[in-house]
Amino acid sequence: MNRYRFVLYRPIQLIPVLVGISVITFVLVRSIPGDPARVLLGPRTTESALARVREQFGLDEPLWLQYFYFVKNLFKGELGKSILYKVDVLKLIATRIEPTLVLVIGSVLLALLIATPMAAIAARRRGSWADHLIRIISTAGLGFPAFWLAIMLILLFSVQLGWFPVTGYGRTFWDKVHHMTLPCLTTGLALAAVLTRNLRASMLAELQSDQATAARARGLPETFVFWRHVVPNSLVPTVNLLAVNIGWLISGSVVIETVFAIPGMGQLLVRGIFTRDYMVVQGVAMVFACATVLVNFLADILTVTIDPRVKL
Amino acid sequence: MSGAATIRTRRICWPGKVTPLVLGAGILIAWLLVAIFAPLLAPYDPIYQDAAVRLQPPTWAHPLGTDNFGRDILSRVIWAARIDLQIAVFGVVFPFVIGTVAGSISGFFGGWVDTVFMRLIDVVLAFPFLVLMLAIITIIGPGLGSFYIAMALVGWVSYARLIRAQFLVLKNSDFAMAAVSLGYSNTRVMFRHIMPNAILSSVVFSMSDAVLVLLNGAAISYLGLGVQPPVAEWGVMIAEGQGFITTAWWITTFPGIAIVTLAMGFSLLADGLGEAFGVRE
Repeated sequence: MNRYRFVLYRPIQLIPVLVGISVITFVLVRSIPGDPARVLLGPRTTESALARVREQFGLDEPLWLQYFYFVKNLFKGELGKSILYKVDVLKLIATRIEPTLVLVIGSVLLALLIATPMAAIAARRRGSWADHLIRIISTAGLGFPAFWLAIMLILLFSVQLGWFPVTGYGRTFWDKVHHMTLPCLTTGLALAAVLTRNLRASMLAELQSDQATAARARGLPETFVFWRHVVPNSLVPTVNLLAVNIGWLISGSVVIETVFAIPGMGQLLVRGIFTRDYMVVQGVAMVFACATVLVNFLADILTVTIDPRVKL
Repeated sequence: MSGAATIRTRRICWPGKVTPLVLGAGILIAWLLVAIFAPLLAPYDPIYQDAAVRLQPPTWAHPLGTDNFGRDILSRVIWAARIDLQIAVFGVVFPFVIGTVAGSISGFFGGWVDTVFMRLIDVVLAFPFLVLMLAIITIIGPGLGSFYIAMALVGWVSYARLIRAQFLVLKNSDFAMAAVSLGYSNTRVMFRHIMPNAILSSVVFSMSDAVLVLLNGAAISYLGLGVQPPVAEWGVMIAEGQGFITTAWWITTFPGIAIVTLAMGFSLLADGLGEAFGVRE
């Protein structure tokens, strides 16, 4: 298949998954015991509001028709209203996207900044004490609970040293950077543990590759061969590794947002669960799932674009 | 001479190679003993509140300090080992069983059964793990039981994919063909002939999965949706101590160290087993 026709063909494969996501969220919310209209509107509501929701979501109709109504509302961008905030769920989510996006992207950047040099040292000095030490650290890192690591970082950098604020998000750009450094560092460190192991393995493979040997044969210094020829190629699998881990990163951000009281989507989800704001829980779960699917799709395209060797 | 030298080198190298396995098993056995003998080891009642010793830093009487209710942290960390080990075990066992059965059916029969399972797995994997678990817990309510149910509903997919991949290869192998041609039932071929050969990679994976399950269980309890206070559980203890980090660091620090060591034990065991059986994840 033509490499770029894949870009057109791949979205069609996404349709069953997206349908599946809508079915699962629909089933989840409908399996809450009690009158669905009352469940969706909460305990304090009026008869007219109940009637309106029953009509909008077809709650008096058979279940398969209810699903049809549900999808119809999805296409109109209507995910219902939040009980707690009294606004449309989609609008509510829109105001919460930025902090979560900053957290995820910031974590990935920090993780790459930490993992690349660590993996480089480990791969270039294979079998040395530095290699063993990095391997031990990255193995231990996999077992660190992110929420605990976050509190330990707060203890060190905020309470002892006073460099960063304990919680919150900030208003201006630099204020936000200041607030988000510790949260991003927490998730970044956890992600770096995963990345280092894989980067080291792919760097070791690339160091043995024909093109690295060819570069050495041309008399290029080893450092140049490593950073110019080995590193870029070993970063290609990392793109996919990051995409595979996006669900894990989002999961992590839900917890980290709660630790640092960051007003993102994760915090919205957790608050929604405690206040029984089911429309919000449903909306956030669906947006997170679609984001995961989208990121994996983009990673596939990116891999095809940057690596001509990828065959489909 | 050279023969003796080879044996000698092997003897020196051998323990070094097995270290992760031994170390991991050692850590796990240590925590298991702590959990079993918790009533004997813990110096105090884990939920007894003593207002006279609130927020005390580590002392001889309370080696890991006390929390804001005057409860002894050491005793709570020891008793919590029971709950957290249980989380790591049951949180793995249920998905393991469900995933293994689903994956073997999917891989063995193929066709539309396989297609249905694979599409279902795609959709479950589309959701971020914790988000789907939290959504399920929202419906069935917080608690440890809900955590196990959510874990089983979400976690089975990894095991199903592993077993299915093995079954796809093994069902065409000579010994499976031989069993089929002897007229054995599908169930017998699946579970007596193919399964013993297919299960190894899942067993190794389950050890590293235990790390994730433990961290998930603690995180969900930290969020207030898993184990409920006043029960001693490491995630709950960290959540309870977070409000006091400026004055009482010991409340959050020690339960976290406990989680890290137990997780380390499982990771090392997974690495060691993987190496010993030649299974790469």
